[in-house]
Order: sequence, then C-alpha cells, then structure tokens
Amino acid sequence: MLTIAGTEFRSRLFLGTGKFSSSTVMADAIKASDCQMVTVALRRVDLDNPEDDIMKALSVRDYTFLPNTSGARNAEEAIRLANLARAASGTSWLKLEVTPDPRTLLPDPVETLLATEKLVKDGFIVLPYMNADPILALKLQDAGAAAVMPLGSPIGTNQGVLTDAMVEIIIEQARVPVVVDAGIGAPSHAAYAMEMGADAVLVNTAISIAGDPIAMAAAFAKAVDAGRTAYIAGMGQRSKQASASSPTDGKLSSDLGFLA
Amino acid sequence: MKPYTNTMNITLNGDNKLLRDISSVADLLKSLDLPPESVVVELNTTIITPDSYNSAILAENDQVEIIRFVGGG
Repeated sequence: MLTIAGTEFRSRLFLGTGKFSSSTVMADAIKASDCQMVTVALRRVDLDNPEDDIMKALSVRDYTFLPNTSGARNAEEAIRLANLARAASGTSWLKLEVTPDPRTLLPDPVETLLATEKLVKDGFIVLPYMNADPILALKLQDAGAAAVMPLGSPIGTNQGVLTDAMVEIIIEQARVPVVVDAGIGAPSHAAYAMEMGADAVLVNTAISIAGDPIAMAAAFAKAVDAGRTAYIAGMGQRSKQASASSPTDGKLSSDLGFLA
Repeated sequence: MKPYTNTMNITLNGDNKLLRDISSVADLLKSLDLPPESVVVELNTTIITPDSYNSAILAENDQVEIIRFVGGG
C-alpha cells in the first residue's frame, strides 16, 4: 500500500482530468484505470456555460481530489490558488505547480520551495511538481512536502522519463513518496518509472488524447502494476559483459568439428 | 439628482458587469444560474465561504471572481 500523509492508496496510478473529449469519457477512463487519486485545476467559471461542471461526473467519495495550482507563475499566485482550492474542495490536498514560462511549463524551483514552506505551515498536504533535482527534492521534503513529484519530461510532451538518472537518485534518497509526473507518454514509460522504484506515477495527456482513452487507461493500470511487481521482485544488475543464460558445463565443444 | 435605481457596476471574472437588483453574493450566483456548492467566490481577493454567501453584500466597483474545478493534470 502507498501511504501519503496518512491516507492509503491501493492504486499507484494517479490520473489527470484535463483534455478529455467529454466528461463521460473522462469518468469512464478513470474507472478503467482503477485509480484513487485524480487531479483537477481551478479556473474562472465560464459564465456563458454555467452547467459545465466537471464535478458532476465524478463522485467525491470515490476519489481523493488533488487540486493543482496550474496557471500560477510565482509563489504568491500559487498560494492564492491553493486557498481557493481548499475552499472549493474542502480538503487540504494540493499539487503545487509554479510554472512561470508557458512555453516550457517547467517548474520554478525557488518559488516552489517558498510556496511549499508557506503552505505546509498553513496546513496543506503539499505535493510539489518539481524538476528532477535530487537536492531540491531533499529541500522540499525538509520543508514538509507530503510527497515529491519530479518530472519525467515537460508536461504534455509524451517523451517519457528522460530524467531517469536523477529520478533514481531522488528515489534512493527520499523519505517521502516519489510520484513521477509529466511527460509519461506510454505504458512502458510508466512501467519503467515503477521498475526504478517510483511510488506512483501521474498520467494525463497520454490517456486523455489516446484514440481510445478508456482502453489506454486500462493499459496504464497494467503497466504500473507490472513495474511495481518487478521492482519488488528485485531487478538484476545491468552489465556490459555477457553472461550465458544456458549452462556453460557439459558443452559438446570438441565434437562439433563439422561446424567449422 | 439622479433617480434611485438599484444598479451597480462590478468587475466579474475580469469583465465589467452591471448588476440590477442584486445585493449579496447569493443573489449574484442565483442570477447566473450557478449552484452555490459548485463554485468558490473571491470578493476583493478575500475568499467567501458558502455559509457567508447571503451575508456578503456587494458594493460598487467590487472585484468578484467566481471559480470552479475544471479538468487538469
């Protein structure tokens, strides 16, 4: 079981809810993924479309909602969004996202750390989205982050875990759960992160823009399970030197002259 | 002297809006067909909790933000 801030999660796949073609497809994909944690964003209500409410499609009792602070460009904006999220959701769970550059959507490490320190003091359960920087991960952990969420590659790029060498160090050092977030574009990427020992992965775009998001959600669920099982089973060391899988004793070495 | 009319101008989600016969946040949400539990309201950057929607009275030039959850990663 994965435990974050005292809450247990059977599923190690977290789902984002953005970019689905409809609320029905989103709800069905979430069901197919068997996930228990879903992220949501906060935006101004479209006053021409007052009926358009994502929460109608999701049962609050079935999932832990992880509101994000997407759109925040600095700590101050993130803290404002965090307080709105807490007022709207009634919970203190928060995916802290501070992304000053809309082109790369890379997280600002300094503002993320400042916001984490403040929000933890204010009683939030903070899961900061961060670059895959092992030193920053330790600082966020010391500041009271409930988990750390290093990126695999930039948000929405489907490039996979390009940061694997750094994510491995983060996992090795962490005392809080490590959730690999962003850029996971295929079930194999998710399996890879889990094989490395990540505690969970957060996937959105790869599922929401798939040809069949519901089938893709199920594929991700299997990949996360497979990767986790492999990690627990204990992976063999990598080596440059070949090591025969078949026995090296009792070979018919001298009698195979006809092969020459 | 101007005749009394029950109107005021506020900034709602970044746009200017003329309100008629609306005094509280609760009135405003009702006029916009927004179920109170589906949104969160900020009045001049202070969050208004649902139990205060009736008592939160709007004034000329108030800045009101009405926000809700949407899909996101």
